[in-house]
Amino acid sequence: MTRPEVQSLSIGTVLFALAACLPFLSDAYLLSIGVTIAMYTVLATSWALFSGPTHYISLATAAFFGLGAYTTALGIEHLPYWLLLPIAGVLGAVLAALVGLATLRLSGVYFVIFTLGLAELVRQIITWGQNMSGTKGLYVLTAITEEHIYWQLTALAALVFLTGWLIARSRLGFAVRILGDDEEVARHVGIHTARVKVLLFMVPGAVAAITGAMLAPRYVYIEPAIAFTPMLSFQVVIMALLGGTGRLWGPIVGVIPFTFLWEAISGTFPNQTTLLLGLAFLAIVYLLPNGFTGLLEAARSRLKGAPA
Amino acid sequence: MTRPILKWTLAAAVAFAASSVMADTLKIGAVGPKTGPLAGGAVVTYWPNVQLWAHDVNARGGLKVGDKTYTIEIFEYDDQTNPAQTIAAVQRLATQDKADFILPPYSTGLNLAAAPIYDRYGYPQITSTATSDQVEKLSGQFPNLYITLGSASGIVNGLVDTMKGLRDAGTLGNTIAMVNVADAFGIELAEAARPAFKEAGFEIVYDTSYPLGTQDLSPVMKGAKDAKPSAFIAFSYPPDTFGLTEQAIIEDLDVDVFFTAVATAFPAYAGRFGAAAEGVMGIGGVNADDPAFQEYAARHKDVTGNAPDYWASAMVYSTFQIYEQAIEGAGTIDKAAVAEYIKSHDFDTVIGKIAWDEHNNNPAYWTVGQWQGGVFRGVASTGRDGAVKPIVKDGWK
Repeated sequence: MTRPEVQSLSIGTVLFALAACLPFLSDAYLLSIGVTIAMYTVLATSWALFSGPTHYISLATAAFFGLGAYTTALGIEHLPYWLLLPIAGVLGAVLAALVGLATLRLSGVYFVIFTLGLAELVRQIITWGQNMSGTKGLYVLTAITEEHIYWQLTALAALVFLTGWLIARSRLGFAVRILGDDEEVARHVGIHTARVKVLLFMVPGAVAAITGAMLAPRYVYIEPAIAFTPMLSFQVVIMALLGGTGRLWGPIVGVIPFTFLWEAISGTFPNQTTLLLGLAFLAIVYLLPNGFTGLLEAARSRLKGAPA
Repeated sequence: MTRPILKWTLAAAVAFAASSVMADTLKIGAVGPKTGPLAGGAVVTYWPNVQLWAHDVNARGGLKVGDKTYTIEIFEYDDQTNPAQTIAAVQRLATQDKADFILPPYSTGLNLAAAPIYDRYGYPQITSTATSDQVEKLSGQFPNLYITLGSASGIVNGLVDTMKGLRDAGTLGNTIAMVNVADAFGIELAEAARPAFKEAGFEIVYDTSYPLGTQDLSPVMKGAKDAKPSAFIAFSYPPDTFGLTEQAIIEDLDVDVFFTAVATAFPAYAGRFGAAAEGVMGIGGVNADDPAFQEYAARHKDVTGNAPDYWASAMVYSTFQIYEQAIEGAGTIDKAAVAEYIKSHDFDTVIGKIAWDEHNNNPAYWTVGQWQGGVFRGVASTGRDGAVKPIVKDGWK
């Protein structure tokens, strides 16, 4: 490992150790915002691992999240909770691989449409299953508290960052960078582009499913309308874009301010929340096309006097 | 429109004047959908009652707690029909706004998502729009959670008994066409109904489901008509309740019992179908002749500009009355004392008396109602007074 690598690893470790101390402040309100931030950090960072370099916009987060939530809801009566998290991860990765095999050979726009439909597809399958079996919502009654969920999410976030860091150092990461710059070139130098994309897409799939599995005890009651809310997919995209997908730490720079903005808007304007959030979306896309990281880097290069 | 607004302004002025004299305000939180998939229902049954209740309490001078008087101030948040937002909003009310009490959220899912937070801070959560078949488990985990709306099996039993009565009187045949919307409550009701009808000796000659949001229900109705049933039963949601009725009129479905579920009790149902609604059965009902309900309905129309529905509206308002009576009865705004008072007392509300069973459940609720003479009257309940005799459906003219 080179010196800067050791440096960034240790900085990362310290930051995560600090983040893990939040529950000791014993402010429940901060903790509940912390859970939201941790959740979106996990989702947006893993999303950007795939969508950042490949430029494929995935709207499938809700599908994987719902799959994970249902894994917990269906399994909690039969299996220990800790076993359900890896099971959810495997299911998410398998689903992502299937979707990837079917769609990642196609160009970007087909992929976007398919992922948007995927959440609805999975939701309809579960609804159909309910209609056949006659069961309604599922109860997840556990002793898991908000603190536990926060720690689990923080640990998962650390894992996502580590995965991203390792991918960036690996052959896979190198292949992805070339692929992101020019897919034609990548194919000509012998990179199996479809396999690379499928492998990479399995990461956000697995992570979102595990996140859903972790959040299910917080929701207590799981039904399709709750587990597969399409808003989740859009929020993840907007937060990642606000932060910027060019850097591993980019999405978190978007997640934190956006969560506070969201909280401020919902708290102050209960009757216009959705309207103002829509305006915020528009403002972000128009004013910050490269996200906060793009802004920071432009400022840095201007300081150095180099052409931006 | 001017009259309600004028009244509102006056009431607000009175309330303001009163509060400036007493200077004591009770902060009451309210969290529910103003946007998202459930906003349509919440805007009819939930939010108008929040507004009405605050108006009613303040108009009579506020809550008398011991020797103090509190006017109430509502802090309301939109949860966008998203459980994560419900959790965030209830958390915000509990810790940032320091609400004295928080009214229950809207729907089963959103209520249960928020239940751990109500529980952690000791807020009583008297739900009005949640149904559950797991009350024992829930009351064990959340001792301050109350369920009032009833369960699918109760509603189905009410329907089966009503139809048995008509059959025994010789006015109804033995065959049933049954359809359901393939979503949560529709599925649960259909699942409970199949064995119950069979046990009662009815024959289900047509049984199908359709996805939530189906626009064209004509194939469903044509299929039902071809089976020549003597009763048509639909466990439906608001859009399809209207859609199925429309198709039944078009097809001139000739049945003795026509039942649709959620939204049959909406005033808009009779508004849309007029005389054709006569004899239609639906889920819910009220004792429409009870002066307490009539006064409530009149106030609802005066203050909010719209009439209440004949099922959940009154239930929502009744749970707010429980908070009101428990705070005054306990003589304190201490949450634990009020929670204790709720647990150990019965309450007189606009739907009548509410008394809890051992699982914090209200065992007496309306199950089936019927449009009779332009009013949706309760015909079956699990222990409410004032049920009227059901009639058979006599055509669509």
